[in-house]
Amino acid sequence: MMRKLLLLIPALLATVLVGVVQIGLAQNTDITSWISGQGGKPALAVTEFRGSGTQPFMGAFNSTLFSDLQSSSVFEMKSRSLFPLANPQRPEDLRQEDNKQGYALQDWSGAPVGASHVVFGYSAAVNGVLVLYGYVYDARQTDIQAAQLLYGRYTGTLDDAGAIKTAHEFANDIIQKFGGTGSLLGSRIYFVSNRSGNQEIWTMDWDGNNQKQLTNLKSISITPGISPDGSRLAFTTYARVSPRIMVLNTETGRPQPFYNQEASLNTTPNFSPDGKLLYYASTASGSSQIVVAGADGQGFRRVSHRNAVEVEPKVNPKNPGILLFVSGPGAQQIYRMNSDGAAVERVTNGEGEASNPAWHPDGQHIAFSWTRGYAAGDWNVFVMDVGTKQYVQLTHSEGKNENPTWAPDGRHLVFASNRSGRTQLYTMLADGTQVKQLTQQGTNKYPVWGSK
Amino acid sequence: MTTKVSSNASSPVRSTRSATSKWVGISLTMLLLVAASGCKKKVPVPPPPPPVAPAAVVTPPAPARANVAEFVAEPATIERGQSANLRWAVTGSNDVVIDNGIGTVPANGSRTVRPAESTTYTLTANGLGGTVTKTARIVVTAPPPPPPPPAPAVDRRGTVESRIQSDLKDTLYDYDSNNIRDDARAALTANADALKRIFADFPSATIAVEGHCDERGSAEYNLGLGDRRSNSARDFLIQLGIPAEKLKPISYGKERPQCTEASEGCYQSNRRAHFASGQ
Repeated sequence: MMRKLLLLIPALLATVLVGVVQIGLAQNTDITSWISGQGGKPALAVTEFRGSGTQPFMGAFNSTLFSDLQSSSVFEMKSRSLFPLANPQRPEDLRQEDNKQGYALQDWSGAPVGASHVVFGYSAAVNGVLVLYGYVYDARQTDIQAAQLLYGRYTGTLDDAGAIKTAHEFANDIIQKFGGTGSLLGSRIYFVSNRSGNQEIWTMDWDGNNQKQLTNLKSISITPGISPDGSRLAFTTYARVSPRIMVLNTETGRPQPFYNQEASLNTTPNFSPDGKLLYYASTASGSSQIVVAGADGQGFRRVSHRNAVEVEPKVNPKNPGILLFVSGPGAQQIYRMNSDGAAVERVTNGEGEASNPAWHPDGQHIAFSWTRGYAAGDWNVFVMDVGTKQYVQLTHSEGKNENPTWAPDGRHLVFASNRSGRTQLYTMLADGTQVKQLTQQGTNKYPVWGSK
Repeated sequence: MTTKVSSNASSPVRSTRSATSKWVGISLTMLLLVAASGCKKKVPVPPPPPPVAPAAVVTPPAPARANVAEFVAEPATIERGQSANLRWAVTGSNDVVIDNGIGTVPANGSRTVRPAESTTYTLTANGLGGTVTKTARIVVTAPPPPPPPPAPAVDRRGTVESRIQSDLKDTLYDYDSNNIRDDARAALTANADALKRIFADFPSATIAVEGHCDERGSAEYNLGLGDRRSNSARDFLIQLGIPAEKLKPISYGKERPQCTEASEGCYQSNRRAHFASGQ
């Protein structure tokens, strides 16, 4: 009897271990599939649009439309080399059957194109204005009338800029139609650059265009945080010697009133989802701790009472009662707590050093920087499901990779990396692909992605 | 000095004598002029010392003969606007006169004078045996130029800064720590003494206690860690008697490294509390 039991124990252990491994794999697959989002992507065939009196601008239009749709990562983009020789430009061009000329929907859904949807249209000069007619049809439908998914009419100036504008707007509508959580159109990245000689706050379009300086404080300005509506930017500045928080109107660049609690350090500001509160780290009570105040700095109160360095409060966008922050004791890790300071719990597993938590718009996942598996200071970007604690590594030791933050679409990340020498800003998709460098001049750090 | 003067003076003379041709003569004359003018510039020849008055010779043989035992100016050199004292002692005369507006004076006496320029006073004593004169010279010098204006405030601050830089040593820390190590304890104790001297010399000075970190921890966390370093060094100095209000804590995290290499030597030099002028 005893012997039998002894024999059973390893067998039981083995079963339990296999179970654990399987659960681990299953969960790993979950986070992996979440970030890649490959399953069930609409397959788009985007045809070349032509113009009547606007043809010189259609090159800019076609490349912008394609690139917006591709970089949204909402779609699988079908290769143009497999397209039929002709394509519809207006709904009335569509036929039930056309011997694979390109005017029938099944010419696009069948082999070799294999698209689920076809995007077509054209532009014309009307009274000195560029008018763009854009259509999306479900290529798998047999009934042409029922196949129309989207029709839009867009206007712009009679030049490349006007054509690009209509392409952005049309792409935005397509992305939203397919359930994209939001478009990058109009979103802006705010960051810190030293290219003018001092660390100032700068801003640029989400694709790196239109880089311009917002502050001229001639000091050190760092750790920006953007309000959810993109109208205000809070950051730390040494402009008045001691590190203090300043809040700017992002449109005018003008400072807004903010009362700084008396302290040797007020830093790492973060707006609440409704934009009415500002969480930050302050040494008002001694060591750096998480505090909260109104967006004007009034109504200051302490949130946590722990005796460890605490910085980077990050309010959950879906549940403002939950905060993440970065703290010790020991090596810095990411922690969570309730917004009243209760229920403090470590989120990262204690390996290496962890920092820069950034909530995904879904309030469930975070991007963050971690040195797990590397020497201290060798930061890489990771994504984690805060509920299951499963994580995926997105960068792999190409220099230091820090401060990842999500785009409003929840599919793109911007981060800072010194992979090419000096620290520059890069965007990538949530699965780590399509890495694109946005900045070149000086050193550029601390990016945040605003909805405008 | 004497030898130098005599050689300078005598050698050109010999050269002139040995000259035969006109050209040589002219050139040597010029040389003489150059040498002479050079000599004038270099060392003014001092007047010969006055002969020492034989002290004992004065007495019996001709009792009626006037004798100036003493005529001195004290001090012999004054600045313009100051006064000097003339003192004299004359025997064998009832008619003693000092020039320069002093006039007839008693045989023994003194007078305060305030000459505007260097003046030689001549005392004339008329006695039965004849007239004796003696001079006393008061040299008047120009007053010294006004003192330079006090150094502007910036220079004075520069001095505070140079004192801070030379007298106050960085306090070094372990990675991710604000504990005061033994070497830091010694450095801070020496800094406390230096600070007391600096505040004695510059009572209005304040000191920024800067907390710095190496580049490895995240920038945000290092702001908090740097603040702890700044405050641990500051608290230690306060315990050693430095007034708290003189020491301003400020954390720079890893925003202002003094060294940017990826090596432990560089990391260690950046993990520090650093002292700078608080203004």
